[in-house]
Amino acid sequence: MIGLTHYLTVAAILFTIGIFGIFLNRKNVIVIMMSIELILLSVNINLVAFSFYLHDLTGQVFALLILTVAAGEAAIGLAILVTYFRNRGTIAVEDINMMKG
Amino acid sequence: MVQAILFLPLIGAVIAGLFGTKAFKQLGTDDEVYADHAHNAPSVEHSHDQHGYNGPPWPMYLTTGLLCIGAVLSWIIFFGFLQGGHDGEIELLPWITSGSLKAAWSIRLDALTAVMLVVVNTVSALVHVYSLGYMSHDESQPRFFAYLSLFTFAMLALVTANNLIQMFFGWEGVGLASYLLIGFWYTRESANAAAIKAFVVNRVGDFGFALGIFGVFMVYGSVEFPVIFAHAPDAVGKTIHFLGHDWDTLTTLCLLLFMGAMGKSAQFLLHTWLPDAMEGPTPVSALIHAATMVTAGVFLVARLSPLFELAPHAREVVTIVGAITAFFAATVGLVQNDIKRVIAYSTCSQLGYMFVAMGVGAYGVGIFHLFTHAFFKALLFLGAGSVIHAMSGEQDMRKMGGLGPYVRITQAVMLIGTFSLTGVGIPGIGGFAGFHSKDAIIEASYAGGSTFAFALLVIAALCTSFYSWRLAFMTFSGPTRADKEVLDHAHESPPVMLVPLYVLAAGAIIAGFAFQHWFMGEGQAEFWGAAIYRSPDNHILTQMESVPLLVKWSATIAMLAGLGLAWLFYIRDTSLPKALAAVNQPAYQFLLNKWYFDELYDFIFVRPAKWIGRVFWKGGDGAVIDGLGPDGVSAAISGVTAQAVKLQTGYVYHYAFAMLIGVAAIISWFSFGGIHP
Repeated sequence: MIGLTHYLTVAAILFTIGIFGIFLNRKNVIVIMMSIELILLSVNINLVAFSFYLHDLTGQVFALLILTVAAGEAAIGLAILVTYFRNRGTIAVEDINMMKG
Repeated sequence: MVQAILFLPLIGAVIAGLFGTKAFKQLGTDDEVYADHAHNAPSVEHSHDQHGYNGPPWPMYLTTGLLCIGAVLSWIIFFGFLQGGHDGEIELLPWITSGSLKAAWSIRLDALTAVMLVVVNTVSALVHVYSLGYMSHDESQPRFFAYLSLFTFAMLALVTANNLIQMFFGWEGVGLASYLLIGFWYTRESANAAAIKAFVVNRVGDFGFALGIFGVFMVYGSVEFPVIFAHAPDAVGKTIHFLGHDWDTLTTLCLLLFMGAMGKSAQFLLHTWLPDAMEGPTPVSALIHAATMVTAGVFLVARLSPLFELAPHAREVVTIVGAITAFFAATVGLVQNDIKRVIAYSTCSQLGYMFVAMGVGAYGVGIFHLFTHAFFKALLFLGAGSVIHAMSGEQDMRKMGGLGPYVRITQAVMLIGTFSLTGVGIPGIGGFAGFHSKDAIIEASYAGGSTFAFALLVIAALCTSFYSWRLAFMTFSGPTRADKEVLDHAHESPPVMLVPLYVLAAGAIIAGFAFQHWFMGEGQAEFWGAAIYRSPDNHILTQMESVPLLVKWSATIAMLAGLGLAWLFYIRDTSLPKALAAVNQPAYQFLLNKWYFDELYDFIFVRPAKWIGRVFWKGGDGAVIDGLGPDGVSAAISGVTAQAVKLQTGYVYHYAFAMLIGVAAIISWFSFGGIHP
């Protein structure tokens, strides 16, 4: 029987993969955005799992809200990325260090 | 009236110094400035004053005029004292009042002051006039005249002082003015070095003088002359604890005060600054380093005669130092080649004579020599300035010779000065000014019982005569050794420079027999009054009357011998000096190098001082203070920030990681530690 613990474990694994995706990523910004999506999804899994477990629909409403926001965020992030690429000619993470002291 | 004498030079100095400078000149109308340029540019005969002075002439005339007024007033006061004037004390304003220390700004007017007023103001006024001509090509004349007037003010403050503090003010004031004037041509490195040397060496003497003032205040509880003099005998036989020993109070005080006098009057061991001071313009040498400032030490001893009379041991030291100085400087003067240096050593030597007179208790005689010396030495210096002027700045006597026909008047007055300095005259009858005073000092040294001083002074008189005539012969007689170009330009000085020479020449002739009566003759007791104190058992003046005939003639014989030797060496057989120098090479070098005093002091004091200075500069200040202080702190800050900057990589994911770690830490903290209010 698949219980709450399994869902939470999957969410935690996804979250961790997302985190590591951000920090160990040496390639480009799109991977970072994908990692962020992964983190958001793991949170969604958490919300839905607890919603089912606690018989409370508020969690699922939240999950839908997060999906919407994530979609918006992805759209804006990609738009920034496209503009950035146009301006700088690269989206490699190594080269994005204008804030270096 | 005496207030006017004191403050007129100050007024002149302030006005000329503050408003006579270039800044003010530019406020003048453009026409004047351009007119001056137009006038100067095509000038052919004065081609060397392309950079000459083109400001307004009023600062020079102002200071000179004020000084001339002061000189006339001083003579009026002086003649008043000749006819039996009254001593006075004029308090101008309270100055320092601190506990029991009271020093007022006041004027002590007595015969001694009157004599010094005359000397200072007369020579100063004449030097001002002379400088109008001598410095006429200099571009910073207002500064020069302001300094001269400032010096005169300080010197007058010194001689009119009624307490030791005011005297010290004047003492330091003249030191400052001397420093400024020696370094007047401050673009010359040697002038700066000489100015610093004069200042530093004088500080050594002033250190003793200051200690002496402290001591006087400690012993008598006052620095006012009237109080000190009235209570002077109180300290007889008492001792003072100083440097871990008990010393006789008055001897210690007098020796400390005399140390100041030694510095200012360039006495043996502290004399090294005076010859170097010749870097200054010649009028300065005449005024400060011959006639007035260097005699301040003699004046100090005379002024403090009530103290010195009670300290016979101190006076013995004064005598010995004076005699050694007279002898030492005269021997060095024998071989110097710079015309001004010869006269400088002569000054040093004559100051030694004055101190001998002070030391044996013949204060009036010493002051008399101060008085006559001011005339003939200023005359010699200004005459030398005239020669240098004629020679386009050449000072080396080896490049002169045969100048007589070119500068007849200068030659004549220089000869008068030489006659006076060497003491030409007939004992018992009279002679030039220097004869009366110098021979009297030699007699006094004999009468005072100091055979040592007497012997040295007679030898010094011989040397004096020799170097004076050597100077005259090398400059004016014989075949010329000057360059032809220089000789073509040789010309007599303008009248503005000759008039002071005439006046001084007159003084050098008559100052002796005209005033002998009051300074050291029958009228001396009445003339000096309370200005100079002589204890009841000081019979030096009567003893002087009864010295053996040979002693009376000794100075004259020495003078004639020196003249004969000089004639033999520099007229008769001019190869003799070289031959003699070759035979006695070590002795010649010893004299030429001024007894190696400069080298000795350089080795003992200057180099260690520089070494210590360098240690403190590089090690103490540079390494320790700067290293740990400003430099160290700034280095530490920049090191830390350099590390801090590395944290700021600019990569977004690093920031995100930091945020995550932070969030994780906070959550961990609260989840394991719980939430406690």
